[in-house]
Amino acid sequence: MAASDRIVRWRYRLVPDHLLGEILTKRWVDNAIPVLILIAVAATFGWLIPDFFSMASVSSLMRQWGEFTLIALALMIVMVAGGIDLSVGSTFALGNIVALTLITVAGWPVPAVIAATLACGAFVGLVNGVLVGYLRLRAFLTTLVTLIIVRAIVDMLLLKYSVAIAAGFVDSDLWYYFGEGDVLGVPFSVATALVLALVAHLVLSRSRVGWHVLAVGGSRRSAHNVGIPVRRVICMTYVVSGTLAALSGVLFASRLGGAGADTGVGLEIAALTAAVLGGNSLGGGRGSAAKAIIGAIIVMIMVNGLVRIGVTRGGSSLLLGMVLLAAVAIDVRWLKNRHKFLSKVYVSPTYSELPEAPATSGSSPYALNDRLRPVEAIGLGQIDGPEDVILDEDDNIYVGNRTGDIVRFFAPDYARQEVFVHCGGRPLGMAFARDGSLICCIGGMGLYRITQDRRIERLTDETSRSWFSIIDDSRLRLADDLDIAPDGRIFFSEATIRYEMHEWPVDCLESRGNGRIICFDPKTGTTHTLLKNLLFPNGICMTHDGQSFLFAETWACRVSRYWFDGPKKGTVEVVIADLPGYPDNINRASDGTYWLALVGIRTPSLDLALKMPGFRKRMARRIAPDEWMYPNINTGCIVRFDETGRIIETLWDFGGENHPMITSMREHKGHLYIGGILNNRVGRLKLDGADPGWTGPASYWGRQS
Amino acid sequence: MPGMGRLSQEQIVFVLAVGLCAVFAVALPGFLTTNNVLNLVRSVSILGILGVAMGLVVIGRGIDLSLVALMAISVAWTLSLIEGGMPLPQAIAIGLAFSLFIGAVNGWFVAYVEIPAIFATLAMGTLVYGFGRYFLFDLDVVYMPPAGAPLLWIGQGTLMGVPVPIYLFAGVCLAGYLFLRYARAGRYLRAVGDNMLAARITGVPTRPTVVMQYVLSSLIGYLAGIITAASVASMNTRVAISTYVYDVILVVVLGGIGLSGGKGGIRNVIVGTLLIGVLLNGMTIMDIQYTVQNVIKGAILLTAIVIDTILNPRDEQTAQQGDI
Repeated sequence: MAASDRIVRWRYRLVPDHLLGEILTKRWVDNAIPVLILIAVAATFGWLIPDFFSMASVSSLMRQWGEFTLIALALMIVMVAGGIDLSVGSTFALGNIVALTLITVAGWPVPAVIAATLACGAFVGLVNGVLVGYLRLRAFLTTLVTLIIVRAIVDMLLLKYSVAIAAGFVDSDLWYYFGEGDVLGVPFSVATALVLALVAHLVLSRSRVGWHVLAVGGSRRSAHNVGIPVRRVICMTYVVSGTLAALSGVLFASRLGGAGADTGVGLEIAALTAAVLGGNSLGGGRGSAAKAIIGAIIVMIMVNGLVRIGVTRGGSSLLLGMVLLAAVAIDVRWLKNRHKFLSKVYVSPTYSELPEAPATSGSSPYALNDRLRPVEAIGLGQIDGPEDVILDEDDNIYVGNRTGDIVRFFAPDYARQEVFVHCGGRPLGMAFARDGSLICCIGGMGLYRITQDRRIERLTDETSRSWFSIIDDSRLRLADDLDIAPDGRIFFSEATIRYEMHEWPVDCLESRGNGRIICFDPKTGTTHTLLKNLLFPNGICMTHDGQSFLFAETWACRVSRYWFDGPKKGTVEVVIADLPGYPDNINRASDGTYWLALVGIRTPSLDLALKMPGFRKRMARRIAPDEWMYPNINTGCIVRFDETGRIIETLWDFGGENHPMITSMREHKGHLYIGGILNNRVGRLKLDGADPGWTGPASYWGRQS
Repeated sequence: MPGMGRLSQEQIVFVLAVGLCAVFAVALPGFLTTNNVLNLVRSVSILGILGVAMGLVVIGRGIDLSLVALMAISVAWTLSLIEGGMPLPQAIAIGLAFSLFIGAVNGWFVAYVEIPAIFATLAMGTLVYGFGRYFLFDLDVVYMPPAGAPLLWIGQGTLMGVPVPIYLFAGVCLAGYLFLRYARAGRYLRAVGDNMLAARITGVPTRPTVVMQYVLSSLIGYLAGIITAASVASMNTRVAISTYVYDVILVVVLGGIGLSGGKGGIRNVIVGTLLIGVLLNGMTIMDIQYTVQNVIKGAILLTAIVIDTILNPRDEQTAQQGDI
């Protein structure tokens, strides 16, 4: 290996490029950017102002933060449903003046004051809600107008009562407790905000109502079409928002006990900045209480920090405007380009060097021939993509279909067919268990059992999660092929944990060990991962000793053997290291050897490209997926080999005229049945010299009487 | 609106304005004097000019909430430059350039960054006000220095007994009308407002057109600002954070320019201005408290938006997600 190759190899072995794409697929990335901004802002002001984070400073800030967070929560709830509420600032001022008037001038008891004030806020919200939800006005303009009207009402109340409020005195400890009291050492307003944030979080993420809100925000039309009462849901969010704003006003009233003309002026801009900075999307569908809290902290630190530095009102308005613009711009661009960006960086190739491909001419065991020319077609055009083929004791053929069915062709002439079961997903490898039930790997779903009376049972769809993997690798994405040990344990391969069924060839561009082999034990019902970091593990076949199985790694072009029992337990041995193509399923042959399907034949260009990860990375980023260099998966062959790795024979269809595209084959009573994942038929080939009575189930479970 | 039986919003508002005029003329002494009528038109001519600016943007399916803030700050800057000793033309050129630049930035945010117009301009209004207050001047009110005296005629002068602002209002209206009717860019503007995707497919440069509409509104806004400053010999920058810009929207929506874009014209602005002018003038003569006036205006604006929604319902099938 050349030195430059070695450097490239280590570079791709040590730097985990694939993590970037995996991080971007996570939903918590939306929160990561606001948290980073928060840290940056906190660090900046902590550095600029020496005692910014001292106890006294923080505790005075906390009470304000509690009130402000309520407003941010109010706005968040409306925004999640796809609306916006600019009247929160005015409603806050209304709550403040109403509470003060009722308690000082009217002298109501505290609970009545709070109830009446919240009702006031709810009423403003209801007006907004009826106009925006039921009359379908534009939320922005409508709430702007209610902002003006409510503000004018507040001004009128101010003219009338401000003198009386200033002169009045409240004789109630309960009243002052809201503004100055602590709950378990936490200021009351903060405790209220946190509790309500928790409630909002639980409702949005766990309850039917919350899901309705998110659905309406995500797509109003779809929400309507599935029967969600869109108008009522929207109206409700405004009512909640108005109530929360009024509650915040009550806390403010209790803390300061005064009303001024500028109470709550411009609060809607600050709250909007907080909500958007936290990562709540304009236009809805994306938002959470945590995001509102993060945004509220950022804005609070910025505004107060500026005041502490001595920047005048103009300065903070300048900064808020700039931050709001930047936050909205990032939000809009991020939402629009996230998928584009993700699709560009998700494919992260690594170095992979394949051994030199053996020749397919002359005296090579892989020499080309025409032995597949006499293959006859079964069910031509009636099925779509039989990845695996299997036959039962009564000679019926079972194949998986792309439509999520398992189709059965009836012996003896295979002219009749029926849908054996509809299981969904993408049925791939199959095997018969001792009791005659069919065990099937279903791509996108997991490992399933279909009993003889056609009942579908899930065996497993998850395995243990690895500690440090970013994507959730406990779910089975692409269970591929399986085989069953004499004691009933099921060993199956999961080809890749990074791609879905329909994009499996893309995994080759990475050629990282993304696959694994998993064991399911029906006795205990447990699933655990046996081997990890395999290059697209595909076919699995029990050897005749009952202690080991053979498995094929497609993109590594090799077949290995794993001992799960006996003296060599836990070891892996390479059986065939250098195949001329990409191996797929392995199955037993009647004479104790094994059949192996090669789904495609290697090409020198792709072999070279696999040694150049940078080239493949550029390719994946710069050109459309249609133009990428994929492995050849159209022209393959069937190989027979024995346990020592000796190639006994090779069956080709030279020129691909009769039966190209092979992913599996089963020997049954002197015939070979051939399946292909992109094929539209099952092939049948008469084998000369094979045992005419040999069947797969009998080979595994003994001849049944 | 086809058919004889149904009235368009413009006609309704016009009838309403005339009716209100008649009521005021009968009920309020001194309403229908030449002086008061000239005074009425003069007092709303600035609102009308701003209405034309806003109308152009709204026809292009945008909205410009930074119009008033930008007007106040750029004109106040011009005045303080004059006070600092800068020659009049140069000061005006700098103020105008600032105004046009911010307009272009607005347009860039809306057209190229694809931020909803309402947010981009709201944030820009806050930003511009803060910029002015922080960097340019310390006081809320910037007075017209003596060197700016030549400007005063624009706001306070009369021509053949009619105040100059009224001529300017008429001129802006005429220019706006001709632009929308005959200029290629004006027709593009309407096409973009009517159906942006269709306009793009037919080859209209949609993004430059959107930028143009914000530049135009900042240009007209600057003119309105100069007239304001000239008529009261000062510029109060607090107008930037007042609700004045909503009065401008009120004029436009009331006149019948649909917020969904592509509909209406300068005539609608004139009708809307007329009604608001009559209303404000009447309420002032009746000595209604300022805050109550705000409530009444708000209620009328709300009614106007409701009627607008009923007459030009939002098409749920083509409305874009996030179009709030």
